[in-house]
Amino acid sequence: MAASSTTNFSARPSGRASTFWQRLRSGDDIAYVVTLTCALTILAITALLVFELYKNSAVPRHQFGWSFLVTTTWDPVAGQFGALPFIYGTVVTSALALLMAIPLGVGAAIFLAELAPMRISNALTFLIELLAAVPSVIFGLLGIFVLVPALVSIEPAIRSVLGWTPLFSGPFYGVSIFSAGVVLTVMIIPFIISISREVILAVPAEQRDGALALGATKWETTWNVVIPFAKKGIMGSIFLALARSLGETMAVTMVIGNEPKIHQSLFAPGYSIAAVIANEFAEATGDLYLGALIELGLVLFGLTIIINGLARVLVLTTTKKGAI
Amino acid sequence: MLSLRRKTVNAVMLSLTGVCTVLAVGTLLFILGYLFLHGGTSLTLDFFTKLPKPVGEPGGGMANALLGSAKLLLLASCIGVPIGFLGGVYLAEFGGSSFSFVVRYTTDLLNGVPSIVIGIFAYTLIVLPQGHFSTLAGGLALGVMMIPIAIRSSEDFLRAVPVSLREGAMALGASKAKTILTVVIPAAKAGLLTGIMLNLARVAGETAPLIFTAFGNRYWSPGWEQPTAALPVMIYTYAISPYPDWKQQAWSAGFVLLMLVLAINVFARMILSKGGHAAR
Amino acid sequence: MSPMQAPSPRPVSDVTMRSHPFPMQTVEEKKPAGELAKLSATNLVFHYGSFQALHGISMQVYENRVTAFIGPSGCGKSTFLRTLNRMYETIRNARVEGEIVLDGEDIFKLEVSELRRRVGMVFQRPNPFPKSIFDNIAYGPRINGSVSRSAMKDHVEQSLRRAALWDEVKDKLHHSAYGLSGGQQQRLCIARALAVNPEVLLLDEPCSSLDPIATAKIEDLIFQLKDSCTIVIVTHNMQQAARVADYTGFFLMGKLIEFDNTTVIFKNPAKKETEDYITGRFG
Repeated sequence: MAASSTTNFSARPSGRASTFWQRLRSGDDIAYVVTLTCALTILAITALLVFELYKNSAVPRHQFGWSFLVTTTWDPVAGQFGALPFIYGTVVTSALALLMAIPLGVGAAIFLAELAPMRISNALTFLIELLAAVPSVIFGLLGIFVLVPALVSIEPAIRSVLGWTPLFSGPFYGVSIFSAGVVLTVMIIPFIISISREVILAVPAEQRDGALALGATKWETTWNVVIPFAKKGIMGSIFLALARSLGETMAVTMVIGNEPKIHQSLFAPGYSIAAVIANEFAEATGDLYLGALIELGLVLFGLTIIINGLARVLVLTTTKKGAI
Repeated sequence: MLSLRRKTVNAVMLSLTGVCTVLAVGTLLFILGYLFLHGGTSLTLDFFTKLPKPVGEPGGGMANALLGSAKLLLLASCIGVPIGFLGGVYLAEFGGSSFSFVVRYTTDLLNGVPSIVIGIFAYTLIVLPQGHFSTLAGGLALGVMMIPIAIRSSEDFLRAVPVSLREGAMALGASKAKTILTVVIPAAKAGLLTGIMLNLARVAGETAPLIFTAFGNRYWSPGWEQPTAALPVMIYTYAISPYPDWKQQAWSAGFVLLMLVLAINVFARMILSKGGHAAR
Repeated sequence: MSPMQAPSPRPVSDVTMRSHPFPMQTVEEKKPAGELAKLSATNLVFHYGSFQALHGISMQVYENRVTAFIGPSGCGKSTFLRTLNRMYETIRNARVEGEIVLDGEDIFKLEVSELRRRVGMVFQRPNPFPKSIFDNIAYGPRINGSVSRSAMKDHVEQSLRRAALWDEVKDKLHHSAYGLSGGQQQRLCIARALAVNPEVLLLDEPCSSLDPIATAKIEDLIFQLKDSCTIVIVTHNMQQAARVADYTGFFLMGKLIEFDNTTVIFKNPAKKETEDYITGRFG
C-alpha cells in the first residue's frame, strides 16, 4: 500500500484506504445509502406492524389464551370475547366465493387465452382488469341495493333446487353469508382471470401441437394438456384471490348481516373478522375490547400472510408476474 | 372420425368458457351502467361545492369529503411515493443479493396485508397516542398501503430500461448515480408516473383503513390534526343510513369515485401501451 | 467496502513500480518504428466467476492507428475491449489481474469516470438515449461539465460533423433520436462518444446490426477519425478488419494468438491457428 500513496491520481485506489465519510462524498455512495435506507424502511414497517398488533392485543391474549380462537361468545358488555363466529364467517364466505369464482374465472381465462383472437382477448382482459380496480365500497353499495333484493327475488328458485340441504334452510332476509359470498365472487374473479390467462398463455405452443397432432379436440387439448401444465400458476392465482377475499372488508360488511353467531344455514346472517373490526373499532372502549379487536386483526394478518406466501411461491415458479 | 360425444363435449365446454367471459365482462358493464343511471343522473354541481346538509334537509354536497380525500391522498403520496420509489431504485439498480430477495418478499407480504389491518396499525401508531382521529392517521394508513405497490412498480419499470442505455452513459464517464438520475429514470418516466397514478387510484377507493383513522367529519377539516371526511367513507356511511336522500347521495358519490378511479386506470394504461415498454 | 465499486480486483502491490516482466519486453521488441504506444496491456487475466475468459494478454495499441481484434465468438475479444475502459466492472463476479497503462498511467488507478471520458466506447447495437439528438450529443459534455452552456451548440455541431451526421440531422436536432435509422443511430452514438473528446475510441462490433451501406459509412468514418483519435475495433467480419485496421490481433479461446500489421496477419500469418481462421477453416 505504501507505493500507491506516492501516486498523484485523484482516484480511489482501494475502498480500504478511505473512511466511510470520505467515500460517502461520491454520488454513488449517497444513492446507495439513501435507497438502501428506503428498502430497509419496508422491513422496519412490516416488523413494526407485527409488533404493534402483538403488543396491543396483550390484554385479551393473557385473559383468554387460545380459547379466544375457539369460543363463540362475543359480548363486549360482559367482557366476553370469542372469535370463532368471525373466523367461521370469514372462512365460509371466502370458501363460497372460491367455489363459484374458480370455474367462472378459469373458464373465462381459457376462453381469453385459447379461443379469443389476441386483440379481442386483450381488450376484454383490459375491461376485466378494470373490474379489479373498482373500489370495494362500490361493490358494497351495489351489494346492498342491487344484489340483496335480487337474491331475495330468486331465493325461491334456489331453495327449490337446494332447499333439501340444511345449508339453504331457514328464513332469508337478503343479508347473509351467502350474499357476502356472491359479492366476494364478483370481486375476486378478475384476479383469477387475469393471472390464469397469463399462466395459460405461457404454456409452450408445442404442448398444444403435440396433443392436437394426436387427434385431440380443442377442449381435450386444453383440459388434458394445457390446464395440467398451467396448474401451479392457476393455483397461485386462486390463493391470491383467497387472500384478498379473506381480508375484504367493506363489501362484506355491507351485506353479511353482522350477527356474531354461527348458523347452519348459508341464508342466515353472519359476521367476518374484517367486518367486525370495521364496525366496532371506532367505538370500542377499554383495553380488553380494543385488544380483542386488534387480536382479531392479528388473526387476519396471520391468515393472509400464510395464504399469500403460498400464492407467491406458486405464481413465481410459473410466471414472472409475481407482484400484482 | 370423432365420436359425436367428443364433438359435443368440445362444443359445449368451449361455449361455456365464452359464457364465463361474458359474465365477467358483463358484470363490469352492469356496474358502470347502474351507477351511471342511479348516481350520474342525479349528480349536481352542489355535490362538488356544498357541505353535507343535516338529515331531512334536501340538497347539500360532499365538498368536504372531496377535499378530505385529496388531502389524505397528498399525505399518502408524501409517505408512499418517495419510500416506494427509492426502495424500487435500490432493488432495480443496487439489488441482486439475498437481501434484495428478503426485501422483495416482505414487500409482497405487506402488499397482501388486508387494508383494515393497516388501519389498525395507523390507529395504534397515531390515534392511540394522540387520543383523537386525524387526517394524519388516515394519510399514514394510505401511505403505508402505497409503499409496496410503489416499490414493485418502480422496480419493474426501471428494470425494463435496457442495460445498453446504462452502458452508454457509463461509457461516457457518468457515475452510477448520474446514470440512474440522467438516463435510467428519464427513460422510465412514463412508466413510473403511471405506476404512481394507478397506485393513487387504488388507495383513493380505500374505505376500511379510514373508518377509525380519518373517521369522518360533516364539516371542513382544517389542518392535519382533526378528523376528516373522505369520499369512500362517506359512501359507506350514507349507504347504510336509513334515509332515502342520503342513499341517493351515496349513489352520486359512488359514481364520482368510480369515474375517478376508472378514468385514472384507463388513462394510465393508455400511456403505458403507447410508451411501448414491455413492462406493465 | 463500497458495494457499488467492483471489489478491487487487482493485487495490492503497485505494478507500475515493478520492473517490467518478460511479456512486456517481447511486446516492446516487436513495436514497429515510428509508433507510439497509447495503451499497453501486460499479462491481463480476466475471470467471470470461476471461468477464465482471458489468459495473460500482453499487447499495445498504437496512437492514431486503427487496431482490430478478430476471432470466433467467445474468444475474449470483446471482454478484452471492455477491460480497456473498465466497462467490465458493471458485471458481477468479474475479476481482472495484470496491468493496463494509458499514456503511462495505470488505468486501474485513474478515476473510472475520468478513464471512460478519455477512452470512449461504442456498442454493438446503437443505444441512443430516449432524448433529442441534441441532448444525446450534449449528454457527455454536460455530465463532465467540460463545455459551457453557450458553447454547447457549436460543440454539438462539431461532434456531429466529426461523425459525418450533421448534414442529415441539422434540421431535426430537437427531434427524438429514435426517429433515426439504425445506421444514423450508430453514427449518433459515435458522435456522442466523440463529444467528450476521447483520446481512444473503442468500437465493439459497431456494424453488426447494420446493413452494408450503413456499414460502409461507418468504415469511412473510422478512416477520418484516426487522425484525431486512437481506435480499437472488435469485429467478427474479417474483411472489415482488413479494410479499416492498421494492426490486427487474433484472439482464440481467451488468448491473443497473434498481433501484427494487418497486412501480415491477412497475407502472411505466423501462426497456424491464425491462418486456419483467416482461410475459413474454423470459427
